[in-house]
Amino acid sequence: MNALEKAPARIDLGAEFCDAGIGEVLESLERDLVGLAPVKRRVREIAALLLVDRVRQRLGLATEHPSLHMSFTGNPGTGKTTVAMRMAEILHRLGYCRRGHVVAVTRDDLVGQYIGHTAPKTKDVLKRAMGGVLFIDEAYYLYRPENEKDYGQEAIEILLQVMENQRDDLVVILAGYADRMERFFESNPGMKSRIAHHVDFPDYSNDELGEIARRMLASWNYRFDDGARRAFDEYIVLRRRQSHFANARSVRNALDRMRLRQALRLFESGATVDAEALTTITESDVRASRHFQQAEEAG
Amino acid sequence: MRITQGCFSFLPDLTDTQIASQISYCLDQDWAVAIEFTDDPHPRNTYWNMWGLPMFDLRDPAGVLGELKACREANPETYIRINAFDSTKGWETVRMSFIVQRPTAEPGFRVIRQETRGRNLRYTMESYAVGRNPEGARYGA
Repeated sequence: MNALEKAPARIDLGAEFCDAGIGEVLESLERDLVGLAPVKRRVREIAALLLVDRVRQRLGLATEHPSLHMSFTGNPGTGKTTVAMRMAEILHRLGYCRRGHVVAVTRDDLVGQYIGHTAPKTKDVLKRAMGGVLFIDEAYYLYRPENEKDYGQEAIEILLQVMENQRDDLVVILAGYADRMERFFESNPGMKSRIAHHVDFPDYSNDELGEIARRMLASWNYRFDDGARRAFDEYIVLRRRQSHFANARSVRNALDRMRLRQALRLFESGATVDAEALTTITESDVRASRHFQQAEEAG
Repeated sequence: MRITQGCFSFLPDLTDTQIASQISYCLDQDWAVAIEFTDDPHPRNTYWNMWGLPMFDLRDPAGVLGELKACREANPETYIRINAFDSTKGWETVRMSFIVQRPTAEPGFRVIRQETRGRNLRYTMESYAVGRNPEGARYGA
């Protein structure tokens, strides 16, 4: 009660929200990323919590420095890295992260090849990530239960120590497939208990992938004609049935191959081209994909 | 006698917060920060011992302060300095250097006068601490 009486005045949360400038980041997250509704909701929740925490601090209400370490789980190509970048931006704007840069690493960057190699390597990465976000992709590879001499455990211990003692200096985001992350946490309870926020990234629906493809093309100054658009929607359905489907990443690779085919088609036609021809991907560019042929052979 | 070398050496010793903001400035200039220590602080001794490699690619002083803490623990009662190296073409040199730890007692230097031909004098300086004890036992208890 005492703390409340001493409080300066009412604080306008809306103004606070604008001052922090996180509104823009959240908005651009909403606008630039297709789908991912549950993720956006979680990011919003975290941002709101941090904002409220900051206001509480100003009113003199003691709060524990919130633990910000997170785990992002989901299939490949569902936007984990992209969201991590936005998260770093939000933390930076709210003052929970001094620099707001992201250092993305995998097992190879942390774990050494011989005895005594791991600790300096891990510490070096941690030093680089100080003041920002350390994004560890496919974090479960750090732990190899089948080999008890594996140096991954050493890296995990150093990580844990820093995650606990230097919470103000560094935010760690672990990312990977949901089931393997779950197993990783089971065998490293210390890691699980230090991670406050678990965010699950759902797969994109076919419509969302179509939308992503069109946005990617637009950002490269390309576009589908009507036939190509319909063909690409069919392509997504076929591609999803194949193995190694990686959501937005597969879409990106497919578009790259279609650009190649378009370039070859223009080149071999030998005619003069205009901007229209250079930017348009036609149905034939899409339909030349081997997934259509395979589907034909199968059906 | 308090040794004055590098930046800020006529000021009172910097606190860790002040050290952090100086390092922060260096990092903002894209300079690589390194930690060095010695117990032979003669002004002509430019080669101090390196504490690890220079730290490239850092964005935040927290990483340097962690190393500095480790260096202080391993080398109490020595001089420790922080160097900031500018790799820009044309500079390629240390742009900033300041002492961040000194021994509790600094006995200082004496002037040595050497008589040479024709009653000329040659002057040189010698540290009391360095002359008295071998390396590693020069300062402190």
